[in-house]
Amino acid sequence: MPPPLLFGKKGSKRARKILSGDSIFKKLTIIFALFILVLFLLIFYELYSRSQLSINKFGLGFLTGVEWDPVHQVFGALPFIYGTVTSSIIALIIAVPISLGIAIYLSELAPRRFRSPLSFMVELLAAVPSVVYGLWGLFVMVPWIRDYLQPFLESTLGFLPLFQGPKFGIGMLAGGIILAIMIIPTISAVSREVMLAVPDTQREAAFALGATRWETIRFAVLKYARTGIFGAILLGLGRALGETMAVIMVIGNRPQISLSLFEPAYTMSGVIASEYIEATQEIYLSALIEIGLLLFIITLIMNVFARLLVWRMMKMFRGAKE
Amino acid sequence: MIAKRITRRKIVDKLVSSLALLSVVIAIIPLAGVIIFVTSKGLSAINLDFFISLPKPPDEIGGGIGNAIQGTLILIGLASMVGIPIGVLSGIYLAEYGDNRFGSLVRFMADVLSGVPSIIMGLFVYVTVVLTTHSFSALSGGIALGIMMIPVITRTTEESIRLVPNSIREASMALGVRRWKTILFVVLSTAKSGIITGIMLSIARIAGETAPLLFTAFGSDVWATGLNQPISALPLVIYKYAISPYANWQAQAWGAAFILLIMVLVLNIGVRFMARGRYRR
Repeated sequence: MPPPLLFGKKGSKRARKILSGDSIFKKLTIIFALFILVLFLLIFYELYSRSQLSINKFGLGFLTGVEWDPVHQVFGALPFIYGTVTSSIIALIIAVPISLGIAIYLSELAPRRFRSPLSFMVELLAAVPSVVYGLWGLFVMVPWIRDYLQPFLESTLGFLPLFQGPKFGIGMLAGGIILAIMIIPTISAVSREVMLAVPDTQREAAFALGATRWETIRFAVLKYARTGIFGAILLGLGRALGETMAVIMVIGNRPQISLSLFEPAYTMSGVIASEYIEATQEIYLSALIEIGLLLFIITLIMNVFARLLVWRMMKMFRGAKE
Repeated sequence: MIAKRITRRKIVDKLVSSLALLSVVIAIIPLAGVIIFVTSKGLSAINLDFFISLPKPPDEIGGGIGNAIQGTLILIGLASMVGIPIGVLSGIYLAEYGDNRFGSLVRFMADVLSGVPSIIMGLFVYVTVVLTTHSFSALSGGIALGIMMIPVITRTTEESIRLVPNSIREASMALGVRRWKTILFVVLSTAKSGIITGIMLSIARIAGETAPLLFTAFGSDVWATGLNQPISALPLVIYKYAISPYANWQAQAWGAAFILLIMVLVLNIGVRFMARGRYRR
């Protein structure tokens, strides 16, 4: 009699029994893994079907409409799209240079024993709950913006329409700044990881040619890691677009499109969170869910694209190192 | 001429180095600011009553957030019941069977899932659970938070199982132990501390989530009465009190924020020390 095969199709009764226990367990784990994929389809399906009413009634005009008037059942999402996009752009303008500085310092310049405690501190920035940032933003940052930053910006850059307007503290600028604080850890952590993955041979080659540290970073590290850094920035953007609580508390929540960064604004996530409870008519709720659907699709595309960039890059480096 | 250019390059080098250091300092300022303000303003709001009693109307002095602490703990428990089994089992799949296209897809989508805004999770559970049961509930809050725990647990479980040396699996199978039992009792227990780290991290991540709870747990002014009833939570109380016009509610918001912040920071720092111990060994 041949010995029972552990992983074959044939075998004694006992081997078959072993196999069945194994295959049940394997199938069980597959089901749970599958759940992660199914979840995406489910979210998309639910949001899509629940927003049918609004999609059918407003069509593409929903994206370009500037009027948001629940009483007369007129819904246009442009002010919210504008608020979300503009506050995220402000956040990127502030956060990208700072995050790259942090990533460069922590991966290339800092003395070795400081690297890990410092990067831990930057990562802790991501651990602070968004509602705590909102609280701090509302009572500490907003008064500071009102009393110092806005007068300063107005007196130096006040000729630009961007920096004219009421000085409440609360508004687009405050929203952008709080978002910047919240995405710095994302962008800097991922960029740092990508930079650390750049093979040392690159750096050594640059040093051997007589490059200074900065030249090495610029030509050997940054150039090599740029795809991954771009991915990191997109990840940060994705986070900024979807962030809700901190922004809701400092941006003023007024659906308007204004050139001034001092004016209050409203974001997509903000309008969903603060109005869903009043949305008793079906069309109102449907319009809010459509905004949610838009937000889901936008952040999904951002994240897929960003992860692909980072993944491909890390794979390439692993190949280069071996 | 050459000497001049070299000096210039050296100056640029120094300049960029200091700018990089400056950005680290700039990033630490808000962290320090949040911790200092939350601690100083929060401590003055805290006393024993604050932990154990129910909220009071804004015009009455006193009252506490006992029910919010209770609610947050219940929600974390419910979320763990959803997130831990799904996360750990899909993590096992990825590590043990997942070296194929389906595995890469799941791995990739788990990463993407962690980037989906929390408010979308809330909205999703709102339309699927809350609207069909016609009631805000602790259960729906737990589901929303549980879904958000999955990606972190999945990936950390996978990583820590991959660290288990193959010789341990082989030794177990050589003794005639079946593969699934080997995974459940030998591999998992070897990878235990890594998996627990992941679970703690995911709890730290969801403990402060507010947006999904607005749609699901909703908040309440009384002690928890049942899983199918609305329930209070620390982040919800912080939000409600912070945007209220009443000074003593705002003061209590700082107290609640202090408790939440301590919880989250302790979890994060604890995880870090656990992980450090493991790598040293």
